Amino acid sequence: MTTKKTSTKAAASPKRRSSKTALYKPTNDELVDFYKDMLLIRRFEEKAGQMYGMGLIGGFCHLYIGQEAVVVGVQTALKKGDSVITGYREHGHMLVAGTDAKAVMAELTGRSGGCSKGKGGSMHMFDPENGFYGGHGIVGAQVSLGTGLAFAAKYKKTDNVGVAYFGDGAANQGQVYESFNMAQIWNLPVIYIIENNQYAMGTSVSRSSSEIELYRRGESFRIPGEQVDGMNVLAVRAAMDKAVKHCREGKGPYILEMKTYRYRGHSMSDPAKYRSKEEVQKMRSDHDAIDQIKNMILDAGIMDEAALKGIDKEVKAVVAEAAAFAQECPEPDLSELYTDVLA
Amino acid sequence: MPQMSMIEAIRDAMDVKMAEDDNVVVFGEDVGYFGGVFRCTHGLQDKYGKNRVFDSPINESGIVGAAIGMAAYGLRPCVEIQFADYIYPAYDQIVSEAARLRYRSGEQFTAPITIRTPVGGGIFGGQTHSQSPESLFTHVAGVKSVIPSNPYDAKGLLIAAMEDPDPVIVFEPKRLYNGPFDGHHDRPASNWSKHPLGDVPEGHYTVEIGKASTFREGKAVTILTYGTMVYVAEAAVKETGIDAEIIDLRSLLPLDVDAIVESVKKTGRCMVLHEATQTSGFGAELAAQVQERCFYHLESPVVRVAGYDTPYPHAQEWDYFPGPARVGRELKAMMEAV
Repeated sequence: MTTKKTSTKAAASPKRRSSKTALYKPTNDELVDFYKDMLLIRRFEEKAGQMYGMGLIGGFCHLYIGQEAVVVGVQTALKKGDSVITGYREHGHMLVAGTDAKAVMAELTGRSGGCSKGKGGSMHMFDPENGFYGGHGIVGAQVSLGTGLAFAAKYKKTDNVGVAYFGDGAANQGQVYESFNMAQIWNLPVIYIIENNQYAMGTSVSRSSSEIELYRRGESFRIPGEQVDGMNVLAVRAAMDKAVKHCREGKGPYILEMKTYRYRGHSMSDPAKYRSKEEVQKMRSDHDAIDQIKNMILDAGIMDEAALKGIDKEVKAVVAEAAAFAQECPEPDLSELYTDVLA
Repeated sequence: MPQMSMIEAIRDAMDVKMAEDDNVVVFGEDVGYFGGVFRCTHGLQDKYGKNRVFDSPINESGIVGAAIGMAAYGLRPCVEIQFADYIYPAYDQIVSEAARLRYRSGEQFTAPITIRTPVGGGIFGGQTHSQSPESLFTHVAGVKSVIPSNPYDAKGLLIAAMEDPDPVIVFEPKRLYNGPFDGHHDRPASNWSKHPLGDVPEGHYTVEIGKASTFREGKAVTILTYGTMVYVAEAAVKETGIDAEIIDLRSLLPLDVDAIVESVKKTGRCMVLHEATQTSGFGAELAAQVQERCFYHLESPVVRVAGYDTPYPHAQEWDYFPGPARVGRELKAMMEAV
């Protein structure tokens, strides 16, 4: 791959600042869509949590509740042919990529109608047709894959971009920095989204990281980075539009640190001793992504409470249908044990 | 017919595939401008350009990880890990991602990548440039491992690997890169051009992955081996006069079990021979396969001749891994066993 030429300009310090990008200005319809998309993720995850509690979902299950603004803001800035890859907290990423909620829920219950035919489970879901490349259970391992996806998009002379998500915990994995370096020297159209929900399982960023402003992690690679209010879908979308433009124009990789928060535990078994109930409650009451948009819709008079309740009802119906499918659908046939090992 | 060293044959395979398919990219440490530490990619960057043949930073995990992503988006990357001893940082990417994506995605995400890596000892490389880690990969479902012993197979297997829908690791015995090996480290190597197996056809051909070849026919004992040790077996056979059948496995996973069974049932004895350390080495799998399938045909126990269970030594390399003398002694002992 042609190495990026280091001009005098490029040699100057990359951007080191929190995002001052103005909020995205949505149309009324877009605002309602944001609301709907975020609500679908929340209701879906609430249902998944419930089904886990009932023993219908086994193993691991990492809920996305609280972080909905991130994927919705990111995904709506993308177009066909763009690739998305992430770690194991990916149910929301699937839903906004356009995957049928039934296929996601059935994968959680390990049924043959799941998006990976019940062979992947919660952490291993894929939908390449919708540009979603997983769903990876090894912390940080997806980052170099996402870098390769972006390489291929560039090699094929498209103007597509690759989005590689990872968390604040994965930000300490060595292969993330191998990827940053490759992305910059090969000038790849890749956007690294750091979903900083502030806890890697039970370890807070300040206890694990010498530089807690994770958007600055690209500085020594000369990759520009910005910190974004990840609880505000309009801030996410605005920052993402900027990053996508940067990549589509051939200017190389970009880092967006999304300051976000998960309300639930790391997974379903989480003693929750590493943070106070008050801290969680404060985020829910003061910063909730869905409430923020809901209030905007109401304040602007785009919809009233009754109409919003209608949306909630629609979303709940989709989730209920998914939950029913995920329980009715048969488990994979035993013969599937030996398929898909090799071509 | 062209005469080629294994290095030239490997380069020719990549040349053939790059000419045929624009989606093939070749990269790794010093692979582009420098042409590879063993010169396997020499001249390819000049011919195909920096977009298709290029240098990566020294980051094996990143090399393999990026290759997997490229493959998922339709490219056919062929990467070099400069020495098999350097493959460990990429182990997670090979095992947890490349090998298993097909399965856990229900076949939606596959990783058709080729990983070339020089393997084995015999060049006094010491501990970090001599290892044979093949059994760490044959233990993993979802990734294929092949290991050629001559230029013809090297080219044919590499082309097959680059066309395979699954990830393939091509272990290239570096002792054989420049010429065939008479099994004695203290004698000069003769050039491949003076060796019949140095004949390498021009253009496209493949050697099927999963098929062994009979290097030498014999009736007394079957030697199951691969890579450099094929020639050590040959030397031992010459020196002992024991009429052994030497099976060059060529492909470890998938394994040509039929060829193994057929030979062992014919000879009634079996030696398993490799450079890698013995315990949990690939020979253990071979011995188990033979025991399960040929038990009632065996006239003596299956014998493993392998590297000793120590880290790889420097000065004592030729005491460590099996040479013709040790293989010969073991062959004689097997034949004396009733």
